[in-house]
Amino acid sequence: MDNFEPLIAVFSCHYCSYAAADLAGSLRIQYPPNIRIIKVPCTGRVSVNHILMAIESGSDGVYVAGCLKGTCHFIRGNYKAEKRVQYVRDLLSEINIEPERVQMYFMSAAEGNKFAEVAREMTEAVKKMGPSPLNKSSS
Amino acid sequence: MLIAERKPMEEILEMIEDFERILVLGCKGCVTVCCAGGPREVKTLSTLIRMDRKQKGRKVITLEDSTELQCEPESIKPVLEKMANQYDVVLSMACGAGVQAVAKLFPDQLVLPSLNTNFTGIAEEHGVWTEACLACGDCILGRTAGICPVTRCAKSLLNGPCGGASEGKCEVSKDQPCAWQEIYHALKRLNMLHYLKQKPQVKDWPVHPGRVVREDLREVEAT
Ligand code: SF4
Ligand code: SF4
Repeated sequence: MDNFEPLIAVFSCHYCSYAAADLAGSLRIQYPPNIRIIKVPCTGRVSVNHILMAIESGSDGVYVAGCLKGTCHFIRGNYKAEKRVQYVRDLLSEINIEPERVQMYFMSAAEGNKFAEVAREMTEAVKKMGPSPLNKSSS
Repeated sequence: MLIAERKPMEEILEMIEDFERILVLGCKGCVTVCCAGGPREVKTLSTLIRMDRKQKGRKVITLEDSTELQCEPESIKPVLEKMANQYDVVLSMACGAGVQAVAKLFPDQLVLPSLNTNFTGIAEEHGVWTEACLACGDCILGRTAGICPVTRCAKSLLNGPCGGASEGKCEVSKDQPCAWQEIYHALKRLNMLHYLKQKPQVKDWPVHPGRVVREDLREVEAT
């Protein structure tokens, strides 16, 4: 599995982390091509089922990237997302899937660098874990 | 409404171990409101089951649907009949009454519970519920300012508080308010303290299982 390239779904909010991704692009900051961004109006819209669907349909990792705490455009969306991420992690543990495959990050629209850094960090972490147990059995 | 919680996955997975075609059957009543067994939770549970089987390299087909009220035969029938022969087992996400209603209506069909039914309660805030009614069959809330001592007093006293109450708390736990102290304050606020001077009502405790019959609602055969 040396050449394992994970597939990582990112739920990214319109107001902060998606803007940060845009900025990373404008600044020509490189980040791993493993991530697939799903733009959402607010991370508060990301439900437990959305995250589970991403995993069931083949993602080796998922993260939700919202605004910095205290700066959510909809005030509490990112706090709600953080709790749901924790809930999903608990669900995954119950069926013996590493909870670390799902993470929550916070960043501002001005942090293009952080967007790239998080993408690298998550890609590295998931590479270390190897393919999702769901992807192993089908291959 | 009835408050319930999902059973641990381990227990659910063990119950459905031998089956391949599973109908995950939610209820759009109480358990939707308390986020334990509505259409959303049906989707979550079905996904978890499929992911578990995929890891084990075992086949599974999950059918997902929800009845309006699983305690009502009329709302179970169309849903189950629509999918007849497509599933081996019904994994109900309703309360215990819902599970039993399905079992009674389809005696040849195995039905399994995926929830633990906790109590009849109130939503204190989104995500917090407290027990409110033990369904004693002889409601005395009219004399207790809308606070149920049968449920909320640890001893279900009808003439509290007992000697164990201290600083407004029940002796069973410092976190539990004394129901009778609350009743006292509520009656005082409502100017109804004289209610406390009435003799405690002798209660007609129910014999279980209960049965309620309303002749005016029952079907009649035309003769
Ligand atoms: S089946 Fe249970 S959860 Fe559903 S409506 Fe009836 S009492 Fe409520
Ligand atoms: S007295 Fe309490 S337990 Fe009895 S019916 Fe009224 S609320 Fe329910």
